[in-house]
Amino acid sequence: MNASSTTSSASDSISIAEIDQSCRVPLFQMFASAAVWLVVASVFALIASLKFHMPGLLANCAAFTYGRVHPVATNALIYGFGVQAGLGVALWVIARIGVTRVVQPWLIAVGAKLWNFGLLVGVIGILVGDNTGFENLEIPRYGVVFLFLGYLLMAIFILATLHNRRERMLGPSQWFLLAALFWFPWIYFTANYLLLSHTPVRGITQSIIAWWYSGNLNLVWFGLVGLAVIFHFIQQWMNRPLYSRHLAAFTFWTIVLFGSWSGIPASAPVPAWIPSLSTVATVLTIITAISVMMNVCKTCGHGCSETESPAAGKFIAFGTMAFGIAWILNAVGAVPGVNSVTNLTWYGVGVWQLNVFGFFAMTMIGAIYHIVPQVTGMEWPCGNSPKRHYWLALIGVILIVAPFVIGGVVEGFNWRNVNVAELEVAKKSLMFVRITTLGEVAILLGNLMLLGNLVGLSVRYYRLHFVPVYKGALAEIKPAEVKP
Amino acid sequence: MRHGPLVFLAAFFALSASWFGFVLTPQVELGRAAQETNAVMKAELYPMGRPGIARQGAEIYRANGCAYCHSQQVQQEGTLVSVVMTDAGTNTSALADYLNQLLPGRKYMGPSVGAGLPKVILTNATIDDAAIFAKKLKSAGAASQFRLVPIGPDIERGWGERRSVAQDFVMDATALPGSLRVGPDLSNEGNRHRDPNWQLVHLYNPATVTPKSPMPAYKFLFTRKKIGKQASPDALQLTGEFKPDAEYEIVPTPEAKALVAYLSSLRSDTPLYEAPITPAAAPAAASTNAPTK
Repeated sequence: MNASSTTSSASDSISIAEIDQSCRVPLFQMFASAAVWLVVASVFALIASLKFHMPGLLANCAAFTYGRVHPVATNALIYGFGVQAGLGVALWVIARIGVTRVVQPWLIAVGAKLWNFGLLVGVIGILVGDNTGFENLEIPRYGVVFLFLGYLLMAIFILATLHNRRERMLGPSQWFLLAALFWFPWIYFTANYLLLSHTPVRGITQSIIAWWYSGNLNLVWFGLVGLAVIFHFIQQWMNRPLYSRHLAAFTFWTIVLFGSWSGIPASAPVPAWIPSLSTVATVLTIITAISVMMNVCKTCGHGCSETESPAAGKFIAFGTMAFGIAWILNAVGAVPGVNSVTNLTWYGVGVWQLNVFGFFAMTMIGAIYHIVPQVTGMEWPCGNSPKRHYWLALIGVILIVAPFVIGGVVEGFNWRNVNVAELEVAKKSLMFVRITTLGEVAILLGNLMLLGNLVGLSVRYYRLHFVPVYKGALAEIKPAEVKP
Repeated sequence: MRHGPLVFLAAFFALSASWFGFVLTPQVELGRAAQETNAVMKAELYPMGRPGIARQGAEIYRANGCAYCHSQQVQQEGTLVSVVMTDAGTNTSALADYLNQLLPGRKYMGPSVGAGLPKVILTNATIDDAAIFAKKLKSAGAASQFRLVPIGPDIERGWGERRSVAQDFVMDATALPGSLRVGPDLSNEGNRHRDPNWQLVHLYNPATVTPKSPMPAYKFLFTRKKIGKQASPDALQLTGEFKPDAEYEIVPTPEAKALVAYLSSLRSDTPLYEAPITPAAAPAAASTNAPTK
């Protein structure tokens, strides 16, 4: 289904401007907080990275030890930016495709507030030492409650918006988003309830659940939402439907069937059927990457570069490429022969960064650069900065992912070579890790641009829309104040 | 997939499948695992519960994210067998001839075959080859035993004597197998560095004991204070450039001591049915948590 056909076929009492206006309150809330978290994530990632240059850095401060700074960076990226911006973009896409106003925009904004509060509490919890010890689930119980409630509040009204659509038939983007909206609360509740309740599961089953959750979050949730956005914008900008709906349905099935079983490392100290099954599923996700690439290339033909908003289009094109590479690298890394080298090395970190930042965050940043001007009806204060941000992010991602992936393979071979002493292995991979600090700096600068632009835009918006109203109101009040 | 309910059902089906597979089934299979007399040959309970201070140390390990750089999952690529002859029988010269036939390249002389028993006569054999060899030895009147030798780079590095299995984590409040090896695996740390003072000094500033170590310093686990009437008995023994100024001493906090107790409690040398090893000739130290030495 394609954007222009929906607009024409819908009963036309709602204009696009009205739809955008109904999105404004929640979207501004979500995108602004997401941009703040994105900056927080890159600041903490930079501190963590600097520890590899100066092991003594901030050594007297417990809150800034590597093992606390690093999870803050990943959690801010995943939950602060990733999930939040993903939901915001999903809301806009759903409202636009469905040609309908957002249901209860204020309640969605309240949900976002709850989400941000939960995350703030959680991040402080990690810094004071309440890290739960499960990767991607580090946020302690008292933060998780708010996050979960906030998510429910946001997701319920996004679903209600989807339900209110005027174009009844669902397109590929909507399948992906609908599945993702249901997926997250299920995995998040399962993992947190079983791991952090008063009677948690015991022993290594904890890790199995944490791995299962991570696989579902990193591949299934980010995959579904990111691809929904990519598919939507490709259709909108190309002004034609996807090359094949059936291929998109196939992509959907491969993600939900294979992605949901991925994530358990082959080395896991658990009964062998669990990692074996997971390895098969992870290797099969390569089919997803290929099917997406086919669909995108055939839809775009040779017109990939001619998009209506150049900077946003660049971000999303990069996101699509990063998706393909990340999923292929992830699948290749799971092949048994390769895995015995790459497992437990920086390789996995590189692939994670490429998937979460290169694919998902880049796509969402592109979408934000496209959506915000539409929703506010204003141009970005600094028109060049999206493009500059794109180049910084591009350089940043390459400078982070390439050294991690290459360094990971080198490290893996070194760990396997017993003649190389432990310290030597660590030192040899250190060189690669140190290069990524440059990437972190580039990404931080880019993210500051996004935040600065959003702040500038909101200041302008405030001046344009609120100051006159306020002055007008003041003018009306004044006569009443004059006492005879 | 034109309608919402269909998409919902598809997602529901796929997610339930993986939920049953990776959440429910492992729970049914492993969720009730407890200490067992699973240890081969000793029939002692395994794993032993950690003493209180080490359990506190595990919390320090979790809170400070040690698991982001250190895994606790030893990998094993297979098991080879050494055949140990325990009895040469009576007809030693026939046995020696027979052994020379079976193992070309070695020279066994009649009476000396029986000297220095038990001794290893076949190494790095697969279990099938070893079984055939043992049978032949038996037919020649000698008695033999197998010694199981796990192999793989992790084991050669001394990170553990066998692969890690689910049973190892049964008594942990939070299982911390890790996901990245910036530094070495710690499954067997208690056996690798038995000196708690080494651990303390290493935590305070890793560069003191391993020069140019990229591991961050954990100075916040220590207090620097003025020496009182008497030097504190716990004060770190630091030398050279790392020595604090005169009149000052570096004393570990209870957190540091707990963390070291936890590190010392990490052992991976108990033979289990699912991960068998033959302990080295000298019986391995009982896996208590008290730091040896």
